[in-house]
Amino acid sequence: MGIVTRGFRGRRDPSAEKLPPGQYLTREFPVLSAGPTPDIPLDQWRFTIRTEDGAERSWTWRELLDLPSEQPTVDIHCVTKWSKLATRWEGVSVDTLLADVSTSARYALAHSYGGYSTNLPLADLRDGKAWIAYRYDGRDLPGEHGGPARLLVPHLYFWKSAKWVSGIELRADDTPGFWENLGYHNYGDPWREQRYTGD
Amino acid sequence: MAQRRRWLPARVTDIHTETPTTRSVVFEAPGWGGHLAGQHVDVKLIAEDGYSAERSYSMAAPEDGDRVALTVQRVRDGEVSPYLVDEMMPGDEVELRGPIGGWFVWRPEEPGPVLLVAGGSGVVPLMAMVRERARVGSAVPFRLVYSVRSADDAFYGEELSRLTGEGNGDGDGNGLGVTLLYTRSAPPGTTRPVGRITADDLSDAGWPPDAGSRAYVCGPTAFVEAVAGLLQQLGHDPSTIRTERFGPTGG
Amino acid sequence: MDESVVDDAGMNEVGMGEGARYVDGNAAAGAFAEAFGTEVSASTLTCAGCGRAGRFADRHVYDRGPGMVARCPYCGEVNVHLVRTPTDVWLDLRGSSSWRIPLSG
Repeated sequence: MGIVTRGFRGRRDPSAEKLPPGQYLTREFPVLSAGPTPDIPLDQWRFTIRTEDGAERSWTWRELLDLPSEQPTVDIHCVTKWSKLATRWEGVSVDTLLADVSTSARYALAHSYGGYSTNLPLADLRDGKAWIAYRYDGRDLPGEHGGPARLLVPHLYFWKSAKWVSGIELRADDTPGFWENLGYHNYGDPWREQRYTGD
Repeated sequence: MAQRRRWLPARVTDIHTETPTTRSVVFEAPGWGGHLAGQHVDVKLIAEDGYSAERSYSMAAPEDGDRVALTVQRVRDGEVSPYLVDEMMPGDEVELRGPIGGWFVWRPEEPGPVLLVAGGSGVVPLMAMVRERARVGSAVPFRLVYSVRSADDAFYGEELSRLTGEGNGDGDGNGLGVTLLYTRSAPPGTTRPVGRITADDLSDAGWPPDAGSRAYVCGPTAFVEAVAGLLQQLGHDPSTIRTERFGPTGG
Repeated sequence: MDESVVDDAGMNEVGMGEGARYVDGNAAAGAFAEAFGTEVSASTLTCAGCGRAGRFADRHVYDRGPGMVARCPYCGEVNVHLVRTPTDVWLDLRGSSSWRIPLSG
């Protein structure tokens, strides 16, 4: 640690409790991204699941909205050290999307409009742990936060919750995504502080 | 010039209020050893519990031994700038890394007249160039076109007046011309209507395209891109235009 | 150009384009200098996506994420991708077909 600057606190809430190690609480919703916000006309939007056999199942925007939705309220934890508690989302459970998909894949690689990707075990997308979210805090999800729709996997660091999600590739093997390929932890459990490769 | 990339401890030696939302802060960083006009520096603040934040700021003054001068405007809801503007006091310590940037710089040995175009606090690295010119006694003609909301928002007013020799009657401003453009409200007696910068402003206050000038443009992205476009419309070669974008950030 | 944007001139942290969440290569040069051991903002990159060459200083750098992503200002290709962990700097240069760095004189 370097020199402490007298009186500097940063933008944090001192009442932080129940946070994973090394995290601080924010009441804002910082915008972090690795590229420009893609412009995705809803009539061209598609969400596609592709299995390890190459079989594809695709949903249009209208078809996604027609699926039963859930309204999870979850804590989110960004690897850049902010956490935000009790965020309110609406979207479709990934379980619903996987219901008719036949696969024996163990891994998933989520892809986004704009080229982003992130990998995770398929088990982490199942059993009520992940959603394709299209509303945040009672409103349509803004583009800067990943709209029209983003992956929401709140039990992992938030880079796993791919913004502008375009699909999920189911794979027999694990392939690192955009950040996992460059020094970030392959799994990213905030409670075990798995920030970087080797943590 | 030797490259210095280590974080250096630095202590605040001097603070000067520029506007109600803006302060200039001078640090003494032993081992710093100088920089070029237009370069910037990374500033790191560390809280008692180890939390840290880094931001990059342009330096407002040319090299002066181990001294590093910033001019910082408070970003609403920012994290670093409110501390620097409202709370920091002489004697406080930070860490600095730099100097950084080898492109948006002016060196006194460069020939040819210079046009500086500033939008708001984009004037900061351009002021370092103006001060560098004065420091070395350069005769290279400089013209600064400075767009601000109102007279109250302008930085460095007295110093710019003094450097142009305003009031001494020689009329040539010691080779430094300064033109302020007001976008929201203008002081009494201003003939130019308030509004954003135009091609006419740049052709009136700048250099003709055949003068062999170089332009440095600094401000918010939209301002910089508009000015770069206007200069090209006026016939300036894009290779003679250097830009640096400023803007609101996480602060 | 939006008047409100111009009127919001004033924040002088280096390099942030509002609306767009990127900064100039200038603003990111510190982290790259640490990785390369040399100043890079005057260097010239050739984009592996569109083949256009340009200054590192003109890259669009997204630096508010877990790492830094320097994109081609013309086509948006990721030219350089940098992550700094507590112990290492990781670099992915696949998006640059060349990088010409002037020797400091």
